[in-house]
Amino acid sequence: MRTTLRTARTAASMAAAGALLAGCAGAGAVAADGDGVRLVIAIVSNPQMQDAISLESRFREENPGIEVDFVSLPENEARAKITTSVATGGGEFDAVMISNYETRQWAEYGWLENLQPYIDASEGYDDEDFIPSIRDDLSHEGDMYSVPFYGESSFLAYRTDLFEKAGVEMPENPTWDEVAALAEELDGVEPGVSGICMRGLAGWGEMLSPFNSMLNTFGGRWYDEDWNAELDSPEFRRTAEFYVDLVREHGQPGAANSGFGDCLNRYAQGRAAMFYDSTSMVSTIEDEDAGTVAGRNGYAPAPVAESDYGGWLYTWSLGIPATSEHKEEAWRFLEWMTDEDYIRLVADEYGWQRVPPGNRLSTFEVPEYQEAAGAYADTMLDGIERADPADPGLRPVPYEGVGFLAIPEFQDLGTRVSQQLSAAIAGQISVEEALAQSQEYAQSVGDTYKEDGR
Amino acid sequence: MSAATAPARRTAAEPGGGPAGRRGARAAERADGWRRRAPLLPALVFTLAVTQLPFLATVVYSLRSWNLLRPDSQAWVGLANYAAVLTDSQFLGAALNTIAVTASCVVASMLLGIGLALLLDRRFAGRGVVRTLIITPFLILPVATALLWKHIMLEPVFGLVNFVLSPFGAGDVDWASQYPVLSVVVALVWQWTPFMMLLVLAGLQSQGGDVLEAGQVDGASRWQMFVWITLPHLRRYIELGVLLGSIYVVNTFDTIYMLTQGGPGTASSNLPFYIYQRTFLGFDIGQSAAMGVVVVAGTIIVATLALRLIFRTFMSAQEAK
Amino acid sequence: MTAHAPERPAAGGSAPTAPAPGRAPRRRRSGAGGAALTVLTWAIGLAFVSPALWLLLTAFKQENQAATDPPTLLFQPTLDRFSAVLGADFLPYLGNSLTATVASTVLVLLLGLPAAYALSVEPVKRTQDVLFFFISTKMLPVVAVVVPIYVAAAELSVLDNVWTLVVLYTAMNLPIAVWMLRSFFLEVPVAIVEAARVEGAGLPRILWSVMLPIMAPGIAATALICMIFSWNEFFFAVNLTASQAATVPVFLTGFITSEGLFVAQLSAAAVMASLPIVVVGWIAQRQLVRGLSMGAVK
Repeated sequence: MRTTLRTARTAASMAAAGALLAGCAGAGAVAADGDGVRLVIAIVSNPQMQDAISLESRFREENPGIEVDFVSLPENEARAKITTSVATGGGEFDAVMISNYETRQWAEYGWLENLQPYIDASEGYDDEDFIPSIRDDLSHEGDMYSVPFYGESSFLAYRTDLFEKAGVEMPENPTWDEVAALAEELDGVEPGVSGICMRGLAGWGEMLSPFNSMLNTFGGRWYDEDWNAELDSPEFRRTAEFYVDLVREHGQPGAANSGFGDCLNRYAQGRAAMFYDSTSMVSTIEDEDAGTVAGRNGYAPAPVAESDYGGWLYTWSLGIPATSEHKEEAWRFLEWMTDEDYIRLVADEYGWQRVPPGNRLSTFEVPEYQEAAGAYADTMLDGIERADPADPGLRPVPYEGVGFLAIPEFQDLGTRVSQQLSAAIAGQISVEEALAQSQEYAQSVGDTYKEDGR
Repeated sequence: MSAATAPARRTAAEPGGGPAGRRGARAAERADGWRRRAPLLPALVFTLAVTQLPFLATVVYSLRSWNLLRPDSQAWVGLANYAAVLTDSQFLGAALNTIAVTASCVVASMLLGIGLALLLDRRFAGRGVVRTLIITPFLILPVATALLWKHIMLEPVFGLVNFVLSPFGAGDVDWASQYPVLSVVVALVWQWTPFMMLLVLAGLQSQGGDVLEAGQVDGASRWQMFVWITLPHLRRYIELGVLLGSIYVVNTFDTIYMLTQGGPGTASSNLPFYIYQRTFLGFDIGQSAAMGVVVVAGTIIVATLALRLIFRTFMSAQEAK
Repeated sequence: MTAHAPERPAAGGSAPTAPAPGRAPRRRRSGAGGAALTVLTWAIGLAFVSPALWLLLTAFKQENQAATDPPTLLFQPTLDRFSAVLGADFLPYLGNSLTATVASTVLVLLLGLPAAYALSVEPVKRTQDVLFFFISTKMLPVVAVVVPIYVAAAELSVLDNVWTLVVLYTAMNLPIAVWMLRSFFLEVPVAIVEAARVEGAGLPRILWSVMLPIMAPGIAATALICMIFSWNEFFFAVNLTASQAATVPVFLTGFITSEGLFVAQLSAAAVMASLPIVVVGWIAQRQLVRGLSMGAVK
């Protein structure tokens, strides 16, 4: 390994020498110009992060001498780049956007800087204000290794005007059976409006988030306590059939290729009567500039079946790779972007409905926020607070995580299983076939844990 | 290089010869060999360094168990990764997709390209403008092309294709989920047809007008002239188009990535995309390296056969020269 | 190529007769038939390119006009989308793409011309094997080598460096370039080269002042092909760059967000990202056709 690299290095440097001598040696990697510092920060290009990019000049005003360059990519690309870079020590980034899936695993490997010392040294930065379930999920041995930019659970948004038109009502705590009945009722209530919108795009961060939250409340699980895969169990099959049938029959057209972004877009344009997804949707669907449905939405808690909680827990957070050469400056930026003041800044610039929600308890206490977010704030906070990654479903599991399984293999396994389910949504294979294949994938992963005796 | 031309050129370059003895002749020959090789070496060494060294590393990776997300997982595992790859039904599916996409795309864009080239091979008002329009899809970023087809043309609700088809009662198709491979092929054909058209057009314009006139004198019909004179003349241009097209289309990544994400499921994954997913979503470096090696071995075998076939026609054509 | 074209039909099966001089130019139809064919050609050409035209049109729309059923054809055009693209720091990406494209194309020609010479005019032994080696590197899926390249680039501290892309794009285009250039070298009459050598000209002289002028259209065609593929390359660009060296295709993917409607914005970004190479292609299309007809088939 070592030697291979060294040979590769010698040869490649000979080959590259001509080009590099031509003048721009190391143009990319070198940070400083003058005595300033240039931070490179990789983030996911969701709306709330785009706002942060737009407001970055404020950070520079407060912190002269620190320049910030963003690498902003859609979720899958961002995740691929960030993971590759951090895992191989590529060192391009001074701060990266990750989630509660990565944080604890990476902290354990020593890939992330322990942020607790920085947090403790920062006056006025209140980490006790982070919602406890999120704070815990970003902590390793009691120290935070990444700080949340926004947090989310899931809930069900629905169009009050369309419900009125169809003469139906949303129960206070809907069950999935009730939601399916409503979806049937509302399908086509206006031309081009589907009954419900739900993710069908393959990808563990795409359709498996809603699917897993449904699986938990249906009483299913991926593995039993001894890492025996249970994708062929009756509960898992029932969930899969329910999900696939609901989306196929009353979901949006093109469901098998629509992820969070497409669904959000579709619902915001008034083309679905219900939308079960991340609570972070509110920043878009309640924004009058971004869609046509602002102010016409009701919100219900994530639907349930066997258990009384059906949501998930997810957060986009910021961490500092151990390879960063500007950790102090990087922390200054993290502090800026996740502080209470930032939320106020967004509120001043863009309005309270656009603030990154669900990371801080104090946000929910601001009167203006309560007013702007009255329709959903409580449901959101409740969904986030009640999520329990250590005990996601009805029965004990050997893994942690609500919308995902917090094991390294899950990215691959989840992708492959979701591909099977997505194919079932497209009607290319049956649910039966999808699950048979998925069970095999899952069992081969489970076997490695059995061997390890972990 | 053909045997027929090489000696002829070499004589000119050879030194005077004479009775200097075998050793001298051999030394001279060796010196001559190096003189001939010298201009080639920079390119050869560069290509070897930039393409073969990483590939060697890939071969090494393929013998190891390495999940990027489990840094403690590294170990030598022999051929276990290869066993896993060769028994993976999705890998096989991706291989079949690769063949289907490449073959249908190359054939369709070549046929369309020939058609367009024939239309353009005559003088008419605005010929330059039409040709300019037609080559444009080849110049547009493939990433943009894929986005164009996904969000503007094939979108199930607002898509232009469904709008155009709606009078025929077929306006409700979700192309990217119901016909994912077809969607990918359509976008690729649109992108590659201009390239084929340019090659065929080049062939048509190099065709001597006198031959066709001769044909006309013989009283051959237009169709006969096309089949018996034009097509044989175009043959090598078509072969070149097929060869270059195949090389590029077989490695298509961006179009599938942007248009269908290989889905639904893995219905439209080709090998590059499938390997990408296993590398950058699964981070199973060992297995994806093994896939890469299998793919390279497979393509080289197929390509050797195909290339030899095509080369033979090129070489014989050159020898005839 | 043109010089010996007349012989080939003989092999093709039809007996050549003496050319009849003074005939009307080939395939010129007169009157209504020709006009109909012209109209047909225009119609097909416009239909073929219509997706690109629609993309252009969409770029001038407001977002809420971009996705409608039925599609909006008449609207008040706006340049807002374009100014938003420029406002998103488009120029550094453009600069990187220009550097990567131009520098790699120059390198390809510097390495490729001598190599092609050594495979044609004064061929080395086992020319066919060398050619096959070059072409076979094009069959290596880049996905299979990106991890080693990434790791090596990290070791060398050349991640997020545009010159890394230059090196990779050079390697990517060199095989095709060698292949094409070789066929153009074969077009140059041997006698001219011999004459120059008898006069005592060295290889650089012969290359520069004897062969290059003859091969110019072919070289232009080769360069254009290399530029198109470099400009459009996405995979290495997205995986090996971050903030400093990102190129135009990476810029375009940055516009895919879940932020509400985005089709018009994406269209404007796509148009601006494609425009430079499209314009170059339009300008150089004659060279391309001439270059390809000169003998890319050898």
